[in-house]
Amino acid sequence: MFRRLPEARGEPLNFTLDGKPFSARSGDSVAAALLAAGIETCRATPVSGAPRGPYCMMGVCFECLVTIDGVGNRQGCLIPLSEGMRIETQQGARAIAQEVA
Amino acid sequence: MVAKTPASNETDIAVIGGGLVGSAIAWGLGRLGHAVTVLDEGDIAYRASRGNFALVWVQSKGLGMPEYAGWTKASAEQWPGFAAALHEETGLDVRYEQPGGFILCLSEAELEARRDAMMRLHNQPAMVKYPYEILDHAETKRRMPAIGPDVAGSSFCPLDGHVNSLRLFRALHQSFSRHGIDYRPEHDVQTITPLADGFEIIGAWGRLKAGKVVLAAGLGNARLGPMVGLHVPVKPSKGQIIVTEKAAPFLPHPVVTIRQTDEGGVMIGDSQEDLGFNTVVTNPVISTMAERAVRMFPVLGGLNVVRTWSALRVMTEDGFPIYDQSASYPGAFVATCHSGVTLAANHALTIAPLIAAGMFPEDRFGVFSARRFHVPAAA
Ligand SMILES: Cc1cc2nc3c(=O)[nH]c(=O)nc-3n(C[C@H](O)[C@H](O)[C@H](O)COP(=O)(O)OP(=O)(O)OC[C@H]3O[C@@H](n4cnc5c(N)ncnc54)[C@H](O)[C@@H]3O)c2cc1C
Ligand code: FES
Repeated sequence: MFRRLPEARGEPLNFTLDGKPFSARSGDSVAAALLAAGIETCRATPVSGAPRGPYCMMGVCFECLVTIDGVGNRQGCLIPLSEGMRIETQQGARAIAQEVA
Repeated sequence: MVAKTPASNETDIAVIGGGLVGSAIAWGLGRLGHAVTVLDEGDIAYRASRGNFALVWVQSKGLGMPEYAGWTKASAEQWPGFAAALHEETGLDVRYEQPGGFILCLSEAELEARRDAMMRLHNQPAMVKYPYEILDHAETKRRMPAIGPDVAGSSFCPLDGHVNSLRLFRALHQSFSRHGIDYRPEHDVQTITPLADGFEIIGAWGRLKAGKVVLAAGLGNARLGPMVGLHVPVKPSKGQIIVTEKAAPFLPHPVVTIRQTDEGGVMIGDSQEDLGFNTVVTNPVISTMAERAVRMFPVLGGLNVVRTWSALRVMTEDGFPIYDQSASYPGAFVATCHSGVTLAANHALTIAPLIAAGMFPEDRFGVFSARRFHVPAAA
């Protein structure tokens, strides 16, 4: 659905989504990288389980939440993609215990 | 569009205030078949009902007035039936749960003080009996593995619980139409005039005649009471609350200052300040609350805060509720308290029928009369 502008540049970066390899470009946010890879759903809401994906792309709607390198509820649209990031779709509420304890 | 029938200017019972106290009483009266009109000031009001912590809490209540402990325990006992009735009428589950609650102590001194307080509470003559335990760190940890090393111990009471209080408020309001309760927002009451056969209630919106009037206007009761011969000395007491993002369940019990809601957010709140009508959120208070909460549950340190707010409790000088009927103008009642969530079941199922019957029996309710504030302080 989304196409990159022909003049947009950037070095290739690799990441995984739920363990599968993908690539995007430096300068992409995590949410942009997902959208460019054709992924439109990044989570299921904690209350009703409805599917959601990045929407405002500017940090206000909290629809783009994903787990990044083991930390849940990160706002994908505000976090620059970096090489080797481990991104996971988030089903329901984030877990807390295993991350911080 | 449905044509709106003009609002009637007569009613059996007028309830002033559509917060949790007024709504629970109106609901109880409506179920008994009375014609009830609820007059509420509207969204500019100071409303504890929309900013509270949602505990149905028993264990720390009643030092200095054991009857209040009994009254609170009775409400906890009525809660399951109350929640079930609301569910049946509205399809809304207010998520009342009673897993038992903890008060956590962060030092041996705090734990000692807690043990003393519980002993003094339960040693009072006429104190209602209910179980509680004082637990050391190890036993508290066994029951709530997420506690941190700073927790010296706790008190636990199996009667404590919590609810989704916004949904409770919504369920009550939703069932108003089912019981024919006439809810009128933006109806600030200016004056109440006793008549020979009832009361005339007046505001910028017009007039309403009522056979009985129930003052349930929270902090507004202080001003309205004297118009019908009632003394209602209530003052605001500010409470601040922090709420985090939603997380997977990790807290199986409510703690008096920390609870995880049914939807996963964690609420933190234990401040009490007497600052008058002031609802500004202040950083020192919020950071102390957060710091204590993280010592109690270190995992909280990894959660993002999504909101903080403050709201005003409706406080009497001794912290106990007031239930009274006017001696000079019978038919005028007042009900006010600072634990309107906990006591909602009593208000709906006990207070409403008594108002309908026309009196608060002296043997059970005399202690809750504001007459107690008339006693001159000992020199
Ligand atoms: C921070 C905080 C935490 C709390 N936590 C808990 C808890 O965990 N458990 C618990 O049981 N309780 C708790 N409470 C207390 C509980 O929220 C209140 O006891 C309860 O909401 C009081 O309800 P109320 O209807 O008396 O008052 P309010 O909610 O203040 O409602 C009063 C209503 O009266 C109306 N009104 C006022 N004046 C007039 C007028 N002149 N004419 C018409 N209408 C008028 C207002 O519009 C308002 O809607 C907490 C309160 C606070 C502030
Ligand atoms: S897309 Fe709206 S906050 Fe990220």
